[in-house]
Amino acid sequence: MKLNTNSNTYIIIYSAVLVVVVAFLLAFIFKALKPMQDANVALDIKKQILYSLNIRDLDGAEAEAKYAEVVKSEVEKDGIKYYGCELDGQTKYVFPLKGMGLWGGISGFVSVDDDLNTIYGAYFNHESETAGLGAEIKDSQAWQEKFQGKKILSDNGDAAIAVVKKVENAASEVDCVTGATLTSNGVSEMLRDGLVRGVKLLQAAAPDADAIEE
Amino acid sequence: MALFSKQNKEVFCNPLNLDNPILVQVLGICSALAVTSQLKPAIVMGLAVTVITAFSNVIISILRNTIPNRIRIVVQLVVVAALVTIVSQILKAYVYDVSVQLSVYVGLIITNCILMGRLEAFAMMNKPWPSFLDGVGNGLGYALILVVVGAVRELLGRGSLLGFQIIPDACYDWGYINNGMMTMPAMALILVGIVIWVHRAYFYKEK
Repeated sequence: MKLNTNSNTYIIIYSAVLVVVVAFLLAFIFKALKPMQDANVALDIKKQILYSLNIRDLDGAEAEAKYAEVVKSEVEKDGIKYYGCELDGQTKYVFPLKGMGLWGGISGFVSVDDDLNTIYGAYFNHESETAGLGAEIKDSQAWQEKFQGKKILSDNGDAAIAVVKKVENAASEVDCVTGATLTSNGVSEMLRDGLVRGVKLLQAAAPDADAIEE
Repeated sequence: MALFSKQNKEVFCNPLNLDNPILVQVLGICSALAVTSQLKPAIVMGLAVTVITAFSNVIISILRNTIPNRIRIVVQLVVVAALVTIVSQILKAYVYDVSVQLSVYVGLIITNCILMGRLEAFAMMNKPWPSFLDGVGNGLGYALILVVVGAVRELLGRGSLLGFQIIPDACYDWGYINNGMMTMPAMALILVGIVIWVHRAYFYKEK
């Protein structure tokens, strides 16, 4: 039998069948791969937290094991989330941050010493900053290392941490990424907002009590 | 029908060189510029495109006599989009860091001119096996250029290949500096231009 492939009935049935077959196929594949993808995303977050604790050379199962060893608690209260960590016998707090870059969202993890004022390490991520410029906040380890040892608050308790064009207060200010002023401003805003609030909240609430709970 | 007759060999080999999709047909340039700042994403992107061109060519070739002429582009798009979605899901599940690096460009394979070009020009009028070879050939031809450009950009831009440092520390001590320009997409355009120039200069002289 020779089908008339140009008749309207044939075209409608053909497209309907094709679309249904493809839809079922895709739905099946989404379902089958979902657990692995979720695991990857979860591992990626764990790796970012380790990066912020200056543990950068681990992958896969190693990172998973190290994370389980280092991160003791995950606390969320009053809208502030933090991870209580134990590194070489010292307590560190890791704050997840979210902010705005030039083209899209930026995020980051910053670890703080137990004086709740000194930054121990930082890691930043972005969605769509310009490669080679704004993307340096993620790609340049050297730039992230500039945050180590910076003081978040000034002596009288005001927010002091900032990313600036011209460093005047070397104790708290970090040089911005050349050619990426707006992205750097975004990082600065993100730190002054989320990190300062988180640190102040913990300082006010005598953190030692709830850092141990699982 | 011989699997590797002379004709089939030509179908496979031509896109690698004389009829290269990037160098001669100048298709698929945008993604070639975007994903070649390092070697690894370039290789994965090349493989992804190869797999997708090969299988979409086969599927369209099998269906070619049943596809209504008036909606053939729609059917081709549906097949390509389904394959691209599958590949991007597989990348997310098995090589997560690469899929983050490739970001939107995997999805944009759908609009890669090489695919639609091969489906329209070849798969719609050839049997599945030659279509498969044509798809693999064109995909590899594309991958070849990506790898060349990716290798040069990573070597000069970061001093490494596949993440391993190639340029010794001694060079840096002597004042060698990685060329930051190489990590920018603009340099990919210039490199592709140079490759096309060399390729044409060589093969047009032969003719």
